[in-house]
Amino acid sequence: MPLNTTTTPPFVAVLVRGLLAGLLAGLLAGAFAYVAGEPHVEAAIAIEEAATHAEPAAGAHDHEDALVSRTGQRGGLFLATGLFGAAMGGLLATAYVLLSRRRRGDDDGRSGLLLAGTALLGAVIVPFLKYPANPPAVGDPATINQRTVTYLLMVVLGLVAVWAGSLGYRSVGAQAPTWLRAAAAVGGFLLVTGVSYVVMPSFQEVPADFPATLLWSFRLASLGTQVVLWTGIGLLFAALMHREQRRRAGTALPST
Amino acid sequence: MSSSASSQPVVHPAGSARLLWTALATVAVLTLLAYLVAFDQGAVSRSGMYLHELMHDGRHLLGVPCH
Repeated sequence: MPLNTTTTPPFVAVLVRGLLAGLLAGLLAGAFAYVAGEPHVEAAIAIEEAATHAEPAAGAHDHEDALVSRTGQRGGLFLATGLFGAAMGGLLATAYVLLSRRRRGDDDGRSGLLLAGTALLGAVIVPFLKYPANPPAVGDPATINQRTVTYLLMVVLGLVAVWAGSLGYRSVGAQAPTWLRAAAAVGGFLLVTGVSYVVMPSFQEVPADFPATLLWSFRLASLGTQVVLWTGIGLLFAALMHREQRRRAGTALPST
Repeated sequence: MSSSASSQPVVHPAGSARLLWTALATVAVLTLLAYLVAFDQGAVSRSGMYLHELMHDGRHLLGVPCH
């Protein structure tokens, strides 16, 4: 097999490892969210219900005749983060395989980590700073469709911003000093991020009497959940791929 | 995954087209899964609002606009 470097694993092998890394990281993120975030969700729901009781006409989204009990929703947290994590891990693995065709030589384990870092920065942190997570009782149900569309658009723009950063890094040229390449990367990233933040609409829907400390704590917990998720996906995926690559290298060259 | 039905060289042009389609199908399925967690309100899951409500806390804490 002259063309095939035998250490290149097939797509399915990479995909399975991405799904597994994502599922495990999702459950980890769920555990973090359960401990760090659930008390704030609980407190926010208490405020939401107090408001609904005060003016019954406003009860658009009530948790009263709930389809799923609060206990069920707390458990469902793990289902949500686990499934979401698996999906993200699978997407990361797919990107990994598609990009690996442009990679020279064997992967030294950096690509998986770089991809996870890209996702964390572009698909989580950039959108979060423009459209931070909201607890129950915050957000006008009338604008949910606009907020969903702009949020998704912001995720795409965040990824474009990271891409612009890497484009800047490469466009300066390999012989340029590192600080210049880094500056070009930061410039490309900030340009796209800055323009996006200005162009995209803002939503100010926090009720005036909603506790600021609760909002801050909830948002911190929410960001932490995503950080745990993507750090976990990156590290677990890199570890699983490292093992797979060593295994394949071992079977290809039994003499070494 | 560790079976021998694997040795499709990634650099081969024919394998390349197949890989692209497989990757595209995978992305579609995984996007649907993420949609199910993050945005679906019964239209795809056919479970009414049950799955939507079950994953309510997860959506909030993952930072997705919910309501």
